[in-house]
Amino acid sequence: MSAPALSADDSGLYCAAGDFHIDPWRPVKRAIITHAHGDHARPGSDAYLCAEPGRLPLVLRVGDRVQTLAYGQQLTINDARVSLHPAGHVLGSAQVRVEVGGDVWVVSGDYKRQADPTCDPFEIVSCRVFISESTFGLPVYRWEPSGFVMNELVDWWQNNADAGRPSIVLSYVMGKTQRIMASLASLVDCEGRLFAHGALQKMNEAYRASSVYLPTAPNPLEVGDGYDFSKAIILAPPSVAGTPWMGRFKRGVTARASGWMRVRGRRRRLALDRGFVLSDHADWPGLLCTIFETKAERVVLTHGNSTVLARYLSERGLPAEALTLDRWGEQEEQE
Amino acid sequence: MKRFTRLFIRLDETNKTTDKLAALIDYFSAAPPRDAAWAVTYLTGKRPRSPVNAAQVRAWVQSAANIPEWLFTESYDAVGDLAETVSLLLPEPGMGSSLSLSDWIETRLLALAGEADESVKRQTLLAWWAELDRPGRFVLTKLITGAWRVGVSQRLVTRALAETLAVDKDVIAHRLMGSWQPDDSFYAMLSSADTTDTDISKPYPFYLAYSLDQEPRALGDHRQWLVEWKWDGIRGQVIKRQGKVSIWSRGEELVTERFPEIRRAAGRLPDGTVLDGEILAWSHDKDGGVMPFGHLQRRIGRKTVGKKLLEEVPVTFMAYDMLESQGEDIRRLPLDRRRDLLEQLLGGESADQALRLSPVVTANCWQTLDSKRQESRDLHVEGFVLKHRNSPYGVGRRRGDWWKWKVEPYSVDGVLLYAQRGSGRRASLYTDYTFGIWQGDKLVPFAKAYSGLNDEEIREVDRFVRRNTVEKFGPVRSVPPELVMELHFEGIRRSTRHKSGLAVRFPRIARWRRDKSADQADSLSTIIALLPASERD
Repeated sequence: MSAPALSADDSGLYCAAGDFHIDPWRPVKRAIITHAHGDHARPGSDAYLCAEPGRLPLVLRVGDRVQTLAYGQQLTINDARVSLHPAGHVLGSAQVRVEVGGDVWVVSGDYKRQADPTCDPFEIVSCRVFISESTFGLPVYRWEPSGFVMNELVDWWQNNADAGRPSIVLSYVMGKTQRIMASLASLVDCEGRLFAHGALQKMNEAYRASSVYLPTAPNPLEVGDGYDFSKAIILAPPSVAGTPWMGRFKRGVTARASGWMRVRGRRRRLALDRGFVLSDHADWPGLLCTIFETKAERVVLTHGNSTVLARYLSERGLPAEALTLDRWGEQEEQE
Repeated sequence: MKRFTRLFIRLDETNKTTDKLAALIDYFSAAPPRDAAWAVTYLTGKRPRSPVNAAQVRAWVQSAANIPEWLFTESYDAVGDLAETVSLLLPEPGMGSSLSLSDWIETRLLALAGEADESVKRQTLLAWWAELDRPGRFVLTKLITGAWRVGVSQRLVTRALAETLAVDKDVIAHRLMGSWQPDDSFYAMLSSADTTDTDISKPYPFYLAYSLDQEPRALGDHRQWLVEWKWDGIRGQVIKRQGKVSIWSRGEELVTERFPEIRRAAGRLPDGTVLDGEILAWSHDKDGGVMPFGHLQRRIGRKTVGKKLLEEVPVTFMAYDMLESQGEDIRRLPLDRRRDLLEQLLGGESADQALRLSPVVTANCWQTLDSKRQESRDLHVEGFVLKHRNSPYGVGRRRGDWWKWKVEPYSVDGVLLYAQRGSGRRASLYTDYTFGIWQGDKLVPFAKAYSGLNDEEIREVDRFVRRNTVEKFGPVRSVPPELVMELHFEGIRRSTRHKSGLAVRFPRIARWRRDKSADQADSLSTIIALLPASERD
């Protein structure tokens, strides 16, 4: 076997044949970005490449040196053939297929197998080596169908509204927020009752400009003093927890939507009233079935519980290893 | 079971005491008395013996979920709660059960406890899990394994019952003491207008002191305060009624059989007497007196006590208050008056070795008292308790008329060596630490501590541990010796079971010494110097 198509160097995952990095954590010459979350898309590189639907969110993150590739379209970079395939994580999220001398590697980036109205669904790409995320690589992480969770969220909102209490949902700026907005709009009429914190507005606009339908959600600070939020639902980034911004919503009830909410201790640590288990990552069964469906002969795990999943797969006869990519070692995935 | 499960979810969903109280009141208002009685039994930690143990639960869930043992352990470390881990790992849940809580407990759990065949137990529990929905499974497993961690104190349960039944909460607290049967008469028992108790062993709720958080001078004239040593033993109540002696520990455990010396001595008390005090290991030698707490620990775990142990570790009951005299509840009398009655009862020559009167410490000013307090360690006591001479005997912990004025804790700077993930709301964060101190040029593990840091500091240490892990040993990680913390603890003794040769009591983190590097941490020799003179070599 010749040199591996991809290997870790001090900037991240590197393809020597193509001379490019995937999701580098410091500036490089050429970066392929799986999606525009902060821990995957860092500014400062000379050139960026991402999937076509993810262009606007990525421009918000790294500026306009962004080239795009349609899903499935092939591009030759030096001695490597590259194509991007939907990962179902957030708008424009992509798996990176790298072929060097007939050897096929796929880098999953972050992915999920559940339905999401704001992005293309995950697509299985066969490969010899699969580099998979493993954020939720423990069997306690199993998701309910998103429709079920969204109905719970609507019930919660309704009960709060009946009690005259504003509902505040803390959700990640890109992806989760828009997924909740689009899902809410498909279940109930949100007109005049849905608001989004100012820090979410730019990303919402980027989604709308990318032809994703989102309901109207004005900034609650711009609807005039004395507005009655008692029946409203307000989306906000997790960083607002405990800040004076929250004080505006008298008797507000706070929830967070994240895969981490599956575990009570976390919800209680954050002093939340409610946690909704809604994740943009694959759960344990999702990781296992994806890994087996790729028919990979070798699996490399990154992020989260990588050592656990690697050991489990190895014990089941599939060669697997954990790879620490982040310079911070194990850092917890935000979502 | 569904109603109780809903109660649990409501309690778990909120951090606010008022919301928890409302959830409890709603539950008690709707639940049949028998269910409510069982709910109180479990929520206040008095559950009956469990039909299966935690190891069995783990093993059966591993096989049902088809995962290896190590993966169960990894899952548990991330979740931090056994019952929750179980509910998350079991295969797809069922529809739920319409059986009531008391039916579940009486016809199922208690019956299973009597089952001898382990495979029957296994099949039964698996079938129950299959029947229940996920919250139901979680609650069932909690009933079996204990540790609710839902932020409900006995005091809150008492308040909710008091409000539901419109009975004074001190009365409820008293009626909930001791042993009562969870049955249909529960509400009647709690709200009965008849105040004479039929249960002759029933103890009174304990009154507890707050730690003094100000200068004692702020308490005013020292003569208004009765000063006693703060004994380091087990808080207890000795009851003599109708010829029968009952000894209760503060954990509301009946421990009469474990302390035959005290039982014998209390047998000579007049009927209708209740004393509050401390069970202590006590040497009757010429230079005797209270023995360090470690000795008493040898007596605590035993239901019955052998002759040898009785000789090696005799105990005494150090009485410091009287709650019932000649069958009358005298808790409303001022302390001075109760103390007079206690002295009449126990003073004088005839006192039994195993039943003593806690001496009063006298001094002419606060300053003299403070210097006497410094002798605490040599006397094996923890400092002083200050009680206002006019104070009635209350219920629970209240600020104002009883204070603990403890001796300053020992203090040592240790270096973080190992970290392990916590449980409950600290699940998946590295919050349980092992600290080392210098022995020559080596750091030896010295104490484990987990409380004392604020949330932000905990997150910072968590990040440090994740980024700097040197080695993993199961759930434990070793880190480079860099972080120095000031540790406080109450007692120290020689131990052959600890690597450092020392064991400390109640170690906790006082603060993070960011100003110190590892080489500035303390060494074993400085700690050995803290030992009582007789134990230094």
